[in-house]
Parts: sequence; C-alpha cells; structure tokens
Amino acid sequence: MKRTNVVTSTLNSLSRALSRALISEQTARRSGVMQSLDPRVRVLGTFLLVIVIVLVHKIAVLLAVFTGAVVLALASAVTIRTLALRVWFVVLAFTGVIALPALFLTPGEPLSSVPSITPQGLHAAVMLIARVETAVTLTTILVLCTPWVEILKALRSLCVPREVVMMLAMAYRYIFLLAETATQMFESRESRRLGVLPGSEQRRVVAQTAGVLMSKSLDLSQEVFLAMQSRGYRGDVFTVADSRLRPRDYLAILAVAIIAALALWLGR
Amino acid sequence: MSALFECRDVHFEYDHVPALCGLSLEIAAGESVALVGANGSGKSTLLRLLDGLGFASRGTVSFCGDALTQDRLQADDFALAFRRRVGLVFQNPDAQLFNPTVFDEVAFGPAQLRWPKQEILQAVEQTLQLMCIEHLRDRPPYRLSGGEKKRVALASVIVLDPEVVLLDEPTSTLDPRSQSGLIDLLQNWKSASKTIIATTHQLEILDDLADRLIVLEEGKVAASGATRDVLNDFDLLLRANLVHAHRHSHGSVTHSHPHRHSHADHEHEH
Repeated sequence: MKRTNVVTSTLNSLSRALSRALISEQTARRSGVMQSLDPRVRVLGTFLLVIVIVLVHKIAVLLAVFTGAVVLALASAVTIRTLALRVWFVVLAFTGVIALPALFLTPGEPLSSVPSITPQGLHAAVMLIARVETAVTLTTILVLCTPWVEILKALRSLCVPREVVMMLAMAYRYIFLLAETATQMFESRESRRLGVLPGSEQRRVVAQTAGVLMSKSLDLSQEVFLAMQSRGYRGDVFTVADSRLRPRDYLAILAVAIIAALALWLGR
Repeated sequence: MSALFECRDVHFEYDHVPALCGLSLEIAAGESVALVGANGSGKSTLLRLLDGLGFASRGTVSFCGDALTQDRLQADDFALAFRRRVGLVFQNPDAQLFNPTVFDEVAFGPAQLRWPKQEILQAVEQTLQLMCIEHLRDRPPYRLSGGEKKRVALASVIVLDPEVVLLDEPTSTLDPRSQSGLIDLLQNWKSASKTIIATTHQLEILDDLADRLIVLEEGKVAASGATRDVLNDFDLLLRANLVHAHRHSHGSVTHSHPHRHSHADHEHEH
C-alpha cells in the first residue's frame, strides 16, 4: 500500500527535520572561513549586512553582496546545492508570490515587449526577491556554520535579554526530544492500525498527538528547570568558553564594516 | 552521627493530590540510605524536597540545622553553598541533559557555581574519564543511547564532587555491566564518607547500595532499619508492594507465598 496519509506524512516531516538538524551540526564542525571566526563577529556581521541589504536601492549592489555571500558559503564548506534547496528555491517560490502583483500594479510606462508589465513594477519585484534571497542566504550561512549554542551565547553578549536567549536554547534542545516522542507516538499508532483511516480520523489523530505532546512538553520544561536549579542555575548562564577576540576577528569586523559602508554609499 | 537532613511532619501536594503526608525522618552525614516503596509512595518527591527544589506545604525539611525554605534558597550565598554540597541525579536523564554537547553538560554545574576556568576544565576531564565517556564529549546528549544518557547525567553531578548525592532510580536504563560499574562507584563514595540517598525498585542491589533502608508507604515512613533486617521482613515488603504473592503448584497442592528476586537468585519463602 502506498503510504501517503496524514500520519505518515507527519512522520516523514519529523524525520526530515531531525536529519536537517544533523546536517547543520556537521557543517558547523567543519573548518572554513565562517567557522574560524568568533560567533559574536559572525552574528554581528550578518546582522549588519542584513540591515545594509534592506537599505540598498540598487540591484547591482545587491547582486554584488549576494555574490560575496555565495563565495563566503563556498569558503565555509556550505555547498551550492544546500543553499539552492534550503534557500533559493523556497524563497523564490514564497517571495515570488508576494512580488508578482507588483509587476502589474506598480504605476509607470508599460514595457514594449510585455505591455501589462511596467519597468517600475519589474524593478520593485526584482529588488524584493533579491533582497530576501541575499538576506536569507547570509542568515542560512550563519546558522549552518555556527552551533546553535554559540549563536545563543553571541546573542547574549550582544545584549539580547537572557530570558529570550534561554527560551530559544530550551526550544532548540527539546524540539528534538519532542520530535522523537511524536515519531514514537505516530509509529505506535501505525503499528496498531488496520486498514486506511478516513481523512477526518487521521486529522483527529494528529490533533490528539499534538495535544499530548503539548502536555508532555510542559511537564518536561518543569523538570528541566528543576534540573538546572539543582546544578546552581540562578537566572544567568555561565560558560567556560573563551571570550577573547583574536586578530582575525577584528579583521573580519573591519572587512564587514568596509563592505557595509561601500554598499550603502554605492547603493544609495 | 549528627543529622544532616531532618524532616519533621512534612506534607506536600501536587495540585491538591497528596504526595507526602506527615513524613518524618533523619539522615546522618556519611550514611547510605535507600528509599524504597511502591510507585506513588513519595520517593521522588522526597528527593526533590531534600534538594530544595520543592517546599513542604506543612512541616520542615532541614539541612545541617537550616530549614530549606524558598526565602533561604533565594539568597545566592546559601543557594550556591547548598548546591555545591548536594547533588541530585534525576530519574529521567532527558530532563537533566539540556546542553548542546556532553562536555558542556558536565561543565554546566561547575560553571554556574562560578568555579575558575582551569578548575572546571580539569574537573570535567577527570569526570569524563571516570565515567568512561571521553569519546562522547562532543556529542549532543539527545543523540545518545539510554545508558549513555544516564552516565552523562551522573557525570554532570559527580563533577561537583558533592558531599551528598541524591539519586532517583540510578540504575534504571543501565545494562548489567554499567549497573555494576555504578554500584562500584557508589561503594567508593560510601568509603569516602559521602552521604548517599537513593530511590530504587531493584531490591537485588540494595545490599550493595545502602546500609539503611527506609520504606515509604502512602507518603509516610512505613519502616526504617538496617538493609538486611528490612529485606527479611516479608510481610512489610508485601504490604509495601515490593514483593508479590506468587501462586504455584507442587503436584496436586496449590499455594501462594511472597516472592522476590535477590542477587539474581530466585527466592521463595515457604
């Protein structure tokens, strides 16, 4: 029997999510340009470049930043295939839908080749897609090349409130456990299922499982908090990581600052 | 021996469901005590109260003469000193393993207690070796097997070298070899005069684990005494659901009697 019901597709999605996370961890452990920098520099640099991307008004400048991002990805052991599958196609599909009306609705002189499209509309649509593609490419490179905990530490040292950072940390850690639990619950249901369940019943199964998972996750979060308290947690997380920046980190900050300034000046 | 922990008429409820109902006991420094009892008898709850993670709704829990209250544990000085001296290994290792790598997990406690960096690194290395988990140091805890998770959970507490170790079902999910390794470790702690308080359902390890047995029943102490003496009281064990009545036949005669396992032997009381 071909297994395409709601339960099975949920199972497949859970397993895909887990394997994607594993790929990210492996990339973060490889050696590369991004991996060699201090996480704070990576987070700050990415944040700065994303702001620049939002402020730039020229496609040529955006394309230059995008090309730089691709070079950075290749120098950091992130493949074109990974970027294409994770970012470019997905962003194109979603942003394309949003950008499409701009082609026809933006006022201006119609193009001679395609009369219903205006050059202003075309520019707006391409700018939107290029901005989103470049920004998401940069943030994906950051996420793929940096262990999640390092990103969280960097956020904390960049003054993001500790409650927000702790929530993100817990969410990431326990999403795997809950995904595993969900997989086991679905598998257990599947192992006891006879015949094909009607669609409404399948949706009910998924909804019930989500409810049970929610309740389990609340219990678990309570336990985790107690376990942290038991080992001395008092509201702020202390770590043993080296907090000193190295010369190459300062060079990277300088390089990002120059690129950002140039892009803003040329793309104004 | 002076009392390290003292519980006086302790009551505790979960959403109005009573878990401890007037429990009183004393545990001396250097004692090794096993808390046994049926599911829901209050063993895990008691461990949490002893670790200052919950507070009695009535009665008092004291450590070295100081009542463990919410106010007292909110003070940094007292809390950090208490956490340095008392460690709890949770029954569910997934609740205890929240760091991205095994190394970070083991280093978490010392880092929160603000140990110097060099001291933390040294203690973590020694603990990873002691628990034979050096090869797991860069692995994320959620990708470990059940037994490995348990060893990492133990390591995350052992690294603090606490005077008191509270263990909730320490041998659950361990294979027989890891189980005997843990028993050896606990015996070393015993000989180093550490206080060990453990809950377990496994009667066969009690002789090795504890000098004193406290049987809990419906949130109260039903019995307390030397391990062997309590284990020999079959009526008490039967009442506390720690052994079961076993019905079988000898030829044409059918009868029932208490039944338990001890040291891998199959003991029957006729």
